[in-house]
Amino acid sequence: MEWLERNVPKVVLAPSFVAILVFVYGFIAWTAWISFTRSRLMPRYELDGITQYERLFAAPRWDVAMNNLFIFGGLFIVISMVIGLALAIFLDQKIRAEGVLRTIYLYPMALSLIVTGTAWKWILNPGLGIQAAVRGWGWESFTFDWLIRPDMAIYTIVLAAVWQASGFVMALFLAGLRSVDTEIIRAAQVDGIPTHRIYSAIIIPTMAPIFLSAFIVLAHLAIKAFDLVIALTGGGPGYATDLPATYMYAMAFSRGDLGQAASSAMIMMMVIFAIVVPYLYSELRPRRDQ
Amino acid sequence: MNLKSVLAASTAVMMAAPAMANPTAEVMHWWTSGGEARSVAVLQEQFAAEGGTWTDMPVAGGGGDAAMTALRARVLSGNAPTAVQLKGPAIQEWFEETGLADIGTVAEENGWDAVLPEQIAAHMKCDDQWCAAPVNVHRVNWIWGNKQILDEHGIEMPTTWDEFNAAAEKLQAAGVTPLAHGGQNWQDATIFETVVLGLGGPEFYSQALVDLDTEALTSDTMRQVFDQMRTIRGYVDDNFSGRDWNLATAMVMNDEAAFQIMGDWAKGEFLAAGKEPGVDFVCAPTPGEGFLYNVDSFAFFELDGEDKQQGQALLASLIMGPEFQHTFNLNKGSIPARTDVSLDDFDDCAKQSNADMTADAASGSLLPSYAHGMALRGAPAGAITDVVTAHFNSDMSSDDAVQQLADAVANAM
Repeated sequence: MEWLERNVPKVVLAPSFVAILVFVYGFIAWTAWISFTRSRLMPRYELDGITQYERLFAAPRWDVAMNNLFIFGGLFIVISMVIGLALAIFLDQKIRAEGVLRTIYLYPMALSLIVTGTAWKWILNPGLGIQAAVRGWGWESFTFDWLIRPDMAIYTIVLAAVWQASGFVMALFLAGLRSVDTEIIRAAQVDGIPTHRIYSAIIIPTMAPIFLSAFIVLAHLAIKAFDLVIALTGGGPGYATDLPATYMYAMAFSRGDLGQAASSAMIMMMVIFAIVVPYLYSELRPRRDQ
Repeated sequence: MNLKSVLAASTAVMMAAPAMANPTAEVMHWWTSGGEARSVAVLQEQFAAEGGTWTDMPVAGGGGDAAMTALRARVLSGNAPTAVQLKGPAIQEWFEETGLADIGTVAEENGWDAVLPEQIAAHMKCDDQWCAAPVNVHRVNWIWGNKQILDEHGIEMPTTWDEFNAAAEKLQAAGVTPLAHGGQNWQDATIFETVVLGLGGPEFYSQALVDLDTEALTSDTMRQVFDQMRTIRGYVDDNFSGRDWNLATAMVMNDEAAFQIMGDWAKGEFLAAGKEPGVDFVCAPTPGEGFLYNVDSFAFFELDGEDKQQGQALLASLIMGPEFQHTFNLNKGSIPARTDVSLDDFDDCAKQSNADMTADAASGSLLPSYAHGMALRGAPAGAITDVVTAHFNSDMSSDDAVQQLADAVANAM
């Protein structure tokens, strides 16, 4: 009985621990192994050095995918945070109908990315959406054809993703703003400090952990972005809006090139590590002020 | 229907079932759209009529990608389906990976060698043994025209690419979109291969896109092909990105565009909309000579169990049976792979396709389509498509495209 009492947490956690060990870390190891083989249609297990990585970095399409990841990831994270913070600060002004507005801004998050992508595909299609509408109103020379321009198409994905995610970032920041100690703010107000200074010097710095959380959530959304691209541009025009995830999918599932897919998946994982490890480090290190 | 008759019917089914339990087949395919599903139902009925038990395993989506993923999972877990829709070099690739069942007995009993064009029969053999059964032959290099628009502007169906360009300029000047096209990479690749065939001829096509000969890939002819692709890009309307092929076909139907370059599955769309060949729309081979085929087929995995092996043999003989080939292809828009099936019920485009197939088979210009996975394995075919679609959708020069093409092919090997 006593033994049971002491070991219940371990017994309860064991199945999920084993499941994660096998299905997450086990398969990461399997993918890593496959990425060093010449697997094509089916997995093969004879090691063949770093051929797959050489092929990967020689492929222009992979270059495009990685570039797009940095353009998309960078803009998506920065713009979502800026818009989210702005919305949160405006909503924090004790305005009327805050609940309704908050729901409206948060609502896009409830949509599946496939729906967002399809809707934006129609909105951005020059023959159906904004361009056609504005031309219909009489402004004949109006052009908004980013969706079909290889150099601009990636920005349409940023646009749709920001629309989807900024409400969520707003909710995060709003919670952060509300958690700032009101005593400090009151004290500042008594001292006659202007509102914008209160925000920039007191409230936002105390919200640093929220920024970090928002950044981590958005960064991993950006790296695993897949469905939005598939629905919005299908990776096109050409492969101009390919991201690493869509590259990996194409190699594994349409080309029968498992080794290539595995090596691209490993690179994606390393990119995520590059972001997450500093975060974990900063979270887990013993704090000096405690 | 009252309860009594339901009971009677279900009893009848239960009593009949044990007698029909002999040949069984679990068939994995991706024919899930309207016309295709009807075509599979024909096969299913025939299989049942011969006393077989058919387990249908349709996997929708991705032009077969989803089905191939499902197949891989099934094979890896040691539970391969009895029969699977496979085509082109993928058949040999699977044969090398896992082995495929030898259906030589069925093929010899039914004399397949005598009724199939040699080039197509070669796709059905692994190491000289029969391992797959062909269902149909799609011709890829068709150009479809809107009869009314063409008559209005006095344009004949083009027989050279120069004629095509001239016709397109004329149409463009008159404010008509010359070419309906959907900007998906396989559609870009479809146009590309017809241009390779048209400008280079059958021999060049086979060197470049079947043998992947570096000299052919970097030749001046290939440069001209890319030049022509750039020209064609100018004949496409602005909204083509990501458009599905059937929407492009609809543009030709609805007088919004004059031509479409697409395989004969486009004919199915015309016919389904009640359009008549020769009256509402015209079909012609794309400029140049030769015949690019896309053949659907079924392959069979090596399985234990008498009932399954019998199911495979029965299925193979039914698929190649003249009756099935006739009904199926009437539904699907393609032509029978067998050359001895009467085409009286088929439309003129199908008759021309069949006549050309026989003629081109004899002259050696019956060639596998690269864009539809008949000529090359997945990796090199995909690498070529990447270059083609990147060139078509950007301002890449033909010289760069040729260089990238050679690099991409080398990198995919």
